[in-house]
Amino acid sequence: MANPQFYLREDTPCSDAPIAFADFGDASNAIAVRIEPGDDARSLLPHLGQLAMIDISFPAFGDGRGYSSARILREAGYEGELRASGDVLIDQLSNMRRCGFDSFAPSTPLDENAAKTAFATWDDVYQKTVDARTPIWAKRHG
Amino acid sequence: MYQYDQYDQAMVDARVAEFRDQCERRLKGELSEDQFKPLRLMNGLYLQLHAYMLRVAIPYGTLSAKQMRMLGHIGRKYDRDYGHFTTRQNIQYNWIKLEDAPDILADLATVEMHAIQTSGNCIRNISSDQFAGAAADEIADPRPWAELLRQWSSFHPEFSYLPRKFKIAVIASEEDRAAMRLHDIGIQLVHNDAGELGAKFYVGGGMGRTPMIAPEIRDFVPADELIHYAEACLRVYNRYGRRDNKYKARIKILVHELGKDEYTRQVEEEFAHMKTLGLNPPVAELERISTYFADPDFDQNAPDDLDMSDPDFRIWVEQNTHAHKQSGYAIATISLKPTGGIPGDASSDQIDLMADLAEQYSFDELRVTHSQNIVLPHVKKADLYALWQKLDAAGLAPANLDLVSDMIACPGLDYCSLANARSIPLAQKISERFADVKRQQDLGELKLKISGCINACGHHHAGHIGILGVDKKGFENYQLSLGGSGAEDTSLAKITGPGFDEDGIVDAVETVTNLYLKTREDGERFIDTYRRIGMAPFKEALYG
Amino acid sequence: MKIVTGNDLKTGDVIWWSGGETWSRHLGDAIDAGDEAEAVAAREEAAMRVNVPYIVPCEQSDQGPMPLHIKDRVRAFGPTVRADLAINTNIPIVKG
Repeated sequence: MANPQFYLREDTPCSDAPIAFADFGDASNAIAVRIEPGDDARSLLPHLGQLAMIDISFPAFGDGRGYSSARILREAGYEGELRASGDVLIDQLSNMRRCGFDSFAPSTPLDENAAKTAFATWDDVYQKTVDARTPIWAKRHG
Repeated sequence: MYQYDQYDQAMVDARVAEFRDQCERRLKGELSEDQFKPLRLMNGLYLQLHAYMLRVAIPYGTLSAKQMRMLGHIGRKYDRDYGHFTTRQNIQYNWIKLEDAPDILADLATVEMHAIQTSGNCIRNISSDQFAGAAADEIADPRPWAELLRQWSSFHPEFSYLPRKFKIAVIASEEDRAAMRLHDIGIQLVHNDAGELGAKFYVGGGMGRTPMIAPEIRDFVPADELIHYAEACLRVYNRYGRRDNKYKARIKILVHELGKDEYTRQVEEEFAHMKTLGLNPPVAELERISTYFADPDFDQNAPDDLDMSDPDFRIWVEQNTHAHKQSGYAIATISLKPTGGIPGDASSDQIDLMADLAEQYSFDELRVTHSQNIVLPHVKKADLYALWQKLDAAGLAPANLDLVSDMIACPGLDYCSLANARSIPLAQKISERFADVKRQQDLGELKLKISGCINACGHHHAGHIGILGVDKKGFENYQLSLGGSGAEDTSLAKITGPGFDEDGIVDAVETVTNLYLKTREDGERFIDTYRRIGMAPFKEALYG
Repeated sequence: MKIVTGNDLKTGDVIWWSGGETWSRHLGDAIDAGDEAEAVAAREEAAMRVNVPYIVPCEQSDQGPMPLHIKDRVRAFGPTVRADLAINTNIPIVKG
């Protein structure tokens, strides 16, 4: 399977093809799984230790469930590769990054420079999320 | 009033730069309309019936004179010399060019304003009580809470592609002037038994084709947990709100289908989780924001008496002013509903004048109301007469607040590509039919609300009298409904029966008000009489 | 007859297809696209000469093409409540 177009981790992208969430049972020893918008990311929590890559699918950019899935996984301590795949566009990159994605596999490749700008859209942010950035309110009351 | 610090300003400036880039990419063809649409919508830019339409946020309805003047300037420079104030404390411009849109946003940013998230499937402008900070009956100023929510909801990375739009209102009085329970989240500030200030949450209200009144899901959220709780409400919605049918995608449908108890259980579970993450700004942040909403320097010795020997002035005072928390002051509402006028429209000159008057008489402050009027919140009673004279000279002194001609009307088919029928001509005809203000005063409080389609932007479900325009085989037809309320006695109106044509509906309004006049008991408003006698007599009078 | 309308991408103005690669602000200039309407809309949108085009069923009247639906007549002539903003016509939008 192709490498993600953008990979923001120090290690190397997981080369295993992810198996479908529906096929990932307690008995599975897969290290990569793919979840669709309607799948419950929380049911992966008991298995985070064995997973090297979770691929969160965006069949349509307007379906924002994948953002919640990503944050839930990071909030639970998942530290492996979190890949956004499918209808991933320039203008969603910054939000995805903030929700914990560190790997991006858009179905249509994106312009490298535009992506770079997009990842750097905000100097500061209002919310505390899972990206370890200090929110504006914390800076104000440093 | 809140003032941006360098962080707030940088956020808005960054957004302008981002949108300028997006517009350029669209104009060059690098973005398709399908890709560009959600981006322009998140900056308030629609493609409407005649042109692009820009919706500018007026957060919790509060404006300074300088900001108000900027709204006039935008109308003059980029539009056709006017703007339209909406029911969610926004202003809309109907004739915008895409190539100008980034410049407009840049102009707005110079006065700490923006069009961020005034459309799209995200958290919209946070609305509030237009009398906040002035009302005699509030327990606290709700605006610091609204500002805290504004910052939290701005560019929220998880909640920018929700199943559908999401509207939040915050109030702090028992009297609801913001239709709070008809919002996706309605928040009422309350005290708990220990005397601490917190938030009561109502979730799942809304209008549209399936109107619902939000049930209360939590009686008290402490100040230092507000964001955690809001985040929990939104996460459950983002994950489980319906995405298969846009007409069933609002949170009201989720709350209805899961049931209030199950939705609440899921929110509480998520809330418990959020609390472990430390996402909530400290109370010190709410306190920092609150300092900007401190009372202006009121004259503690301002006289409380008022010379009302001028009968026209007396009517205006009786109708358009409200009790202020500070003795010697009043809250004055400027009605944008002249006889035969377009509800909510104001010319750039009128906008400038209102800005001048705010500077002169109201500590530099104005408010926008959900019923499409403008408020000068802090007017010395001693100045009311001079203020009224200046308003009257500019056609801004209709003495009709909360009367039949103080209608809410959506733009309708004259401007809106979603509409099935025109709303504004009806509003004009009804206001002309009831032009006599004495007659209107005799009818008393009467909230008439007109929508040009089922999306209900004109709040017809919440009208004492509601009118819904529909397309009947290519002709405009109007359904009459009775018994709705967007106030603290929230209720949803019921349809009387078969619809009417344009003239017929004006007659029908007169028929039901005549029946009310004949039937009312002492002190009853139209809605009270309706609630007492029910629909049948009205049906009989209309169709009998 | 079928005519094609949409908005100018840059200005947002309502425009009407007037043959070939030309578009007009005036309904009177619109011409019948007939069976080609879909193809015209697709081609012109791809060439970015129009944004969000769609096809409007019309009848031929004394004043030229007249959209059958009131929404398209309001589009063509401007808001009925602001005569000062009307687009150069005295044609009544609401048919009696």
